[in-house]
Amino acid sequence: MEGLSCRNLSKTYGNNTKALRGISLSFKGNGILAIIGRNGAGKTTLVRILSTELMPSKGSAEINGMDVINDPGSVRNIIAIVPQESRAIQWLTPMQSVMSYLLYRGFGYNESRKKASDALKMLGLKSNADKLNRLLSGGTKRKVMVATVLASDAKVIFLDEPTTGLDPISRNDLWNLLNKLKRDYLIVLTTHYLEEAEKLADKIGVMEQGRLMAFGSMDELRKKVRHQYSIRINDPGADMPATKEGTLIKGLDGSKQILTTEKEAFGISQYLIKKGVKFSTNPVSLEDIFYYIVKKPINETSEGDEDEW
Amino acid sequence: MNGKSTFSQLLASVLVNAVYAMINYPIMIVNTLLAPLSILVVITFVSHGALVGVGIEGALIMTMVSGGIGLQGDLSHLKNDFKMQDMVVSSPTSSLTYVAGMALSELVFSLPVLVLLSVLAAVYLHPTLLQTGIIIAVMSLMFIFSIVLGFLLSTFTSDIVQSWGFSGIVSVLLSTIPPVYYLITYIPLPFRYIAYISPTTYAAEIIQNAMGFLQISSINLVADWIVVIAATICLMYLSYKKARWREP
Repeated sequence: MEGLSCRNLSKTYGNNTKALRGISLSFKGNGILAIIGRNGAGKTTLVRILSTELMPSKGSAEINGMDVINDPGSVRNIIAIVPQESRAIQWLTPMQSVMSYLLYRGFGYNESRKKASDALKMLGLKSNADKLNRLLSGGTKRKVMVATVLASDAKVIFLDEPTTGLDPISRNDLWNLLNKLKRDYLIVLTTHYLEEAEKLADKIGVMEQGRLMAFGSMDELRKKVRHQYSIRINDPGADMPATKEGTLIKGLDGSKQILTTEKEAFGISQYLIKKGVKFSTNPVSLEDIFYYIVKKPINETSEGDEDEW
Repeated sequence: MNGKSTFSQLLASVLVNAVYAMINYPIMIVNTLLAPLSILVVITFVSHGALVGVGIEGALIMTMVSGGIGLQGDLSHLKNDFKMQDMVVSSPTSSLTYVAGMALSELVFSLPVLVLLSVLAAVYLHPTLLQTGIIIAVMSLMFIFSIVLGFLLSTFTSDIVQSWGFSGIVSVLLSTIPPVYYLITYIPLPFRYIAYISPTTYAAEIIQNAMGFLQISSINLVADWIVVIAATICLMYLSYKKARWREP
């Protein structure tokens, strides 16, 4: 099967830290699979297991029908990763960085040179190709790392927080590029930027404390929270209207929010207008869904449960 | 994986860790020349030229050992500071090819000083074919020994500062304090036995004996060879056991 799947993946580190607790998911074909979650949620552990860097404590995983756990050699021919906190080597130029990675992948010298040149051009790095990496901005260095794996012909690409440190314009450029590439590649992306996942991903996995709390397309996740609309009240002193069908949540910025049905959202909006309270109503965003999901007490689902997505 | 791919993968390490570093920072070439040559010069001056031959032999051993130990810092630096090893693990390059490529890169990095020392050896030592063979064999064993030691140490280090600490100490213990640049007979007897803790002492004895700087019995010579080979094999075994390409 083209795509990625894992079943009951768990990882307990030596110090008894449970990093993953029974992750099961399936993603078919090409596209972007985004994994979101707070720091320590288990995103990087999941990516490291799927990219054959780390053995799980239990469970199984397949990429394009190949066994990630027992046949890593075959899997490594079709995957490439930009790890979290990876950096372009300071004493190399972007051209040398991309070229040497392609040599590691087994390409010949001339072919590596040509592919590296094409990839750097694609990411707008042609003018910086022969400057030392240490002289480049943080964002440009990050782009060099992305160019490295994009040049590799790998069909499955893991990008662990690829846009961290990029300015908004560079980030947008990278988003546009990933949007183009997702037709031909399966890209597994971890990110803190919920907007990034919302804009790019075909499927989104929400992780919290080593568990996959939700998994699906934006539409499927919206159904998960059972509410379609988010009413954000910008007036901290305002009385909160009663809600029968919705859920009251508090954003990290202290704002009050009601996630509710379309019907009730209309009624509450009319009430707030009458009261003169400043508010905004929008369809439920990934940010709303994320807060809704991760703010659920974790013990609502018992440990060892296998949530299959 | 075919031979052409393996060659590309070996070349990648040589380019990243040696060639590009020397091209982009030519000062690194001066750095490789400096340490072995400075001790050689001091030994030559202090002995009024009497120990120039022993000094050249010592510099050759030190170059091989330093190159091998340097692997520890380089592996650690690329792994912990750039996450390059993580990228390579998830590629078709095997652990053996990666380490072999990195070892080769250390050798390439040492080439300028090796060439210079070979010229000096030809001028001052006039080695016969057999003596040349013995020197090359011992240097190769010392290189493998220190490469494996460097690799083993790299598995314990978590950052470059810790790594510098290790490599500095090990390099001094293996090539500066032991009688590599001078004869073991210069060390007073009670302390002489301490020198035998280091495998480089045995390696130096073999070369010094072959070049006629030192006379040792056949039994001692055989013992020297056994120690050097056994130490290398033991370290290779330990490294094999300790090596973790994919984290458990």
